[in-house]
Formats: sequence, structure tokens, C-alpha cells
Amino acid sequence: MPEVLLDLLPDALPDALLVFAPVAVPFIGAVIALLLRDRPAAARIVGLLAAATLALLTLALFWRTAGGERLVGSVFGDWPKPYGIGFSAALPGAALVLVTSLVALASAIYALSDIGPRRRRAGYDALVLAMLGAVNGAFLTDDLFNLYVWFELALICALGLLTLDRRRTQIDGAIRYAAFGMLAATFILIGIGMIYGITGTLDIGRAAAALAGRPPSFASAVAAALLLGGFALKAGLFPFHLWIPASYHTAPVTVAALFAGLLTKMGFYALLLVFAGLFGVGSGGTAAAQLVPVLGVIAAATMLVCAAGALAQTDMRRLLAYHVIAQVGYMMAGLALATREGLAAAVFYMIHSIIVQANLFLGAGLIRRASGSWDMTRTGGMVRREPLFALLFAIPVLSLAGIPPLSGFWSKLIVIRESFDAGLPWLGAVALLVGLMTIVSMALFWSDACWKDPRHRQPRGRMPRSGLLAMALLSGATVAIGLMPGRLWTVAQLSARALGEIG
Amino acid sequence: MTILYAFVGAGIVACALFMILSRNLVRVLLGLSMLATGANLLLSLVGNVRSEQPPIIAEGEQTLGQAADPLAQALVLTAIVIGFALTVVLAVLVLRAWRGERTVDSRQVESAEGLGPPQERDPANA
Repeated sequence: MPEVLLDLLPDALPDALLVFAPVAVPFIGAVIALLLRDRPAAARIVGLLAAATLALLTLALFWRTAGGERLVGSVFGDWPKPYGIGFSAALPGAALVLVTSLVALASAIYALSDIGPRRRRAGYDALVLAMLGAVNGAFLTDDLFNLYVWFELALICALGLLTLDRRRTQIDGAIRYAAFGMLAATFILIGIGMIYGITGTLDIGRAAAALAGRPPSFASAVAAALLLGGFALKAGLFPFHLWIPASYHTAPVTVAALFAGLLTKMGFYALLLVFAGLFGVGSGGTAAAQLVPVLGVIAAATMLVCAAGALAQTDMRRLLAYHVIAQVGYMMAGLALATREGLAAAVFYMIHSIIVQANLFLGAGLIRRASGSWDMTRTGGMVRREPLFALLFAIPVLSLAGIPPLSGFWSKLIVIRESFDAGLPWLGAVALLVGLMTIVSMALFWSDACWKDPRHRQPRGRMPRSGLLAMALLSGATVAIGLMPGRLWTVAQLSARALGEIG
Repeated sequence: MTILYAFVGAGIVACALFMILSRNLVRVLLGLSMLATGANLLLSLVGNVRSEQPPIIAEGEQTLGQAADPLAQALVLTAIVIGFALTVVLAVLVLRAWRGERTVDSRQVESAEGLGPPQERDPANA
């Protein structure tokens, strides 16, 4: 790694600009891409350039904050601190922004071959960039209402991306997506309003301090329940999970990869921020203590129901959509432990999962391209036809299944170890059982797609190089986490500490 | 007075939730729009709406005193704009569904469900 370059780059940029860059770069790119919509070739270059710039700047941002520092960005409109909207970069947000831009870069490379001129004329580049800006905004904001606005913005962009081809199936998927999303957003809004009513501030740090200073009340309990419901729906947790497998499979596969990687994790990050940061779960806060047992039940139910749902599917996209939510269940198990280490486990899992889920969807898209079907029983023979792909695809598959030494093994190990340590052995046992179900599902998936001989005649399409390059980028990150889990664990522990110290 | 506001807000939210449970997509759309209205009413309640004084902090004071809180009103304004945008997007989607399927019954708008149902895993075929 060119460490000299990384040391130089942050010095050349002031803090405020660097903190704001993960939001500003995608939005500037989105505006340019919107203006160039009728020239798909130019829009394509804008999308790629914006993703590359974003990756570079977020790397610099992460470099500055990796030691646990908090970079305070701007307070919009020059208001003094308690009145303005705070914007700052600290772990875990800074790490998540970096992973987001990695996935964005991979998907921009993949889109070179997957997203044609027609979809680009429909506004693909502008919508993706705006969605990335919204996701990054949610990771960096200090303000509860601002968090809600980023969620709404991401929802609108996601709806545009979901209906890119204007097919009937996409309209149907998007209606479900929109209805669930709006319902969740309203609950979040009412919850935030109640927090404002109790504490008199929307700044997460100040509100957390105000909540910690007073006994738990009926109002704070209702607000916590509303925020749990809203963000759990956004994260796809049981019993609000059905909209994800009902809509993800209708989107173009590059878009589905971005959704799978980013959007549910954005919802879970908000849960982490609200419960660990605002209500102090895991650092002795009592404002939402009555909900902690519920979190464990939700986590266990999500893991079990969604892993079972995945086993029943043969359509690759729906199978992966179920796995996306089952993995959020593991993160929720980390939060449900209500310990500092549990929070660290959740952050570790989140970073691993963003990379792996996006990679799996990209791989499924390439299989579809080579075999002509989304149904995995109709695919096969990739080991012979595309040995490089079979290898690249094995990495996220094995990582999701939790096979050492890949990232999924360490993240599952940490969640399970911490649940035994925290006195919730039943949650650890459920996580182990679901791990087994995931291994079965992933083994079937890989052997169906790669190992077995194809039953049906398949088109002789080659896999595009750009697709393989995108997968190599994400698979490389998965292997790197797997070989050096200690570094990420340090980051995760610093993140848990930062979340606990918000109040 | 506050109690009355709270109950009206709760009533609107309850009606909206009942409408969202409907199978008719237009009713779901109206319900979601109404839910946002109820949420906005509850939000404005947070900011002491009954006061008619301008929100100016008196000289030498640190707090606003009895005036209405302008921040809550700013929140409501933002929420109205966002809620309107989302309602329009959902309305367009429902319109497209009606043009495509000639129905607004959510049981018949189900083409996404028909896409990729689980196949039989027949060992004889494998």
C-alpha cells in the first residue's frame, strides 16, 4: 500500500472537506450524470470516475479516523453547534463509508458490461450515485432528523433503480418496496419526534446525554419501540422481512448487488446508532433496557426463518435475498448481547457482510449470463467453462457459509463466542444451527452452478472481463479480512467504544 | 388541548393503518399519505404549537421561553415535502400497475411473485 501517498493526501485536504466528500462527490457526480443522460458513454465514464474518486477519498478519511479519532466536519449554514446539523466522521461510520465505496467501485466496473445504453438513458448512473450519497450521508450524520432524510432519499433512488426497465414485475416489486419503506419511514419520523420532545435536541450526542441523565419513561419506551420497528423494517429483520425477497429479484443484478450490500446494512447501522449510541445499550443505558430481550428474539427468528426460506429457493436471486436478511440476523444477535464486545461483533459482521453479499449477487449475474437462467437447477458446468469464475465465486460462497480462513468464519466465530460469554448460550446455539443451514444452502448453490454437468443446452456466451474484475476486487477484500482478522477486530472494537461514548 | 391534539393524531394514524391493511392499492396509497399527515400532526405537537409569540430569544436569556419552537415546524415542513414526494412516486407505481394489469387488487398485482418460483429438485433429473 502506498502509505506515503495516503499520508500526503489527507494533509492536502482540510478536515471539513474530507468529511463532506463521501456525500458531495456522489451528488456532484449524480448531477453531471443527469445532465449527460442522453450520452450513455459519457454518463458511464462519470459513474466510474465518481466511484474511483469516492474510493480514494474515503480511504483517506478512514486513514485519518482509524485510530478512533472523530473528525468534525461542517455544521451546515454556519449555525453554532447546538442548533445546526452536525456532520462528522468517526468509526464505525468512516469504516462503513470505505466499504460502501469499495462496493460502489466494484459495481461501477461490473456495470460496464451489465448496464447498457438503454438503462443508462433511464438514469442509472445518476440514481446510483445519488443513492450512494444518501447511504454515506446516513453513515456520517450526527443528527436524528438528518438520518431520516437520508433514508427517504435512499428510498426514492432505490425505487427509481428498481423500475429501471419498467417491466410489470418491477412495478409490482417496487410497489411492495415503496409501501413497506414509507410505513417504516413514518414510524421512524414519529419516534424521532418523540425523542425531540423528551430531550429537546436532535443531535445524537446531546440527546443521548439527556436520556442518560433521566430515568426511563413511558415516552422513551414508546419512542424506542417505534424506532426499533422502523429501522428493523429497513434492515429486513423478522417479522418485517418479506418485502426483500419480494422485490430484490426484479431489479437489474448490479442494482440488486448494491441493494443487498448497502441498504439493509444502512438500516442496521441506524439500529446500532440508535440503540447503542442514543439509548446506551451496551454501555449501561436504561432508556431502552426493556427492549433488549426482544432484540435477541428478533435476531434468532430472523436467522432461522430466513435461512429456512433460502433453503426452499432455487432462483438464485431470491435465495441470495433470503441470505441477505439471515445475515442481518447475525448482526442483530451481536447488538442483542448488549455488551461492548457484542457491538464490536456486529460491526465486524456488518463490514464482512456488505462485501460478501454484493459479490454473491454479482456472481449470480455472471452465472445467468453464461447459462441463460436464474434458476440454479438449470445452470452448471462453470468449473470447466469458466475456471477463473468458479474460483472467484467460491470465495464469497465459502465466506458466507463460514469456512475458515475467510471473513465469514471469523465474524460468525466472534458472534457465537460473544453470545456464550454474554450469558445467552441459546442465541449462540441458534447461530450455530443457522450456520449449518447456510453451509447446506451454499454448498448446493456452488455445486449446482459450478460442479454439476449442465442439464440443459446453454448459450455459449463468455463472461465479460469487467465482471470478473469486479468480483476479484471484492473477493480480494474478503480474503484480506480472512487473513488479517485482527486488524478489522481492532477497528470493530474502536467502533464499539465510539458508539458507547456518543452519550 | 394537547391531549385533544394527541388523540386526533392517534385517531388519524389508526385510520391510516387500517387503510394500509386493505388489498386495494389505491386505499393503501391514501392510507400511507394519511399516515404521514398523522405523523406531522404529532410532530408539530412536540413544538408547543399553541403559542403565538415569535420565536425570538429575549436579550440576556438563554432559552426560548413560551414561544412556539421553530425547529419542530421546520421538521414538519421537511416531512411534508418528503411525504409528498414519496406519495407521488407510489401513485405513479400504482398507476403503472393499473395500466399493466387493469386491476388495483394487490392479490392480482403479483407478477414479481411469479418470477422464479422454487423448482422441484428432482433427483432423477440431476
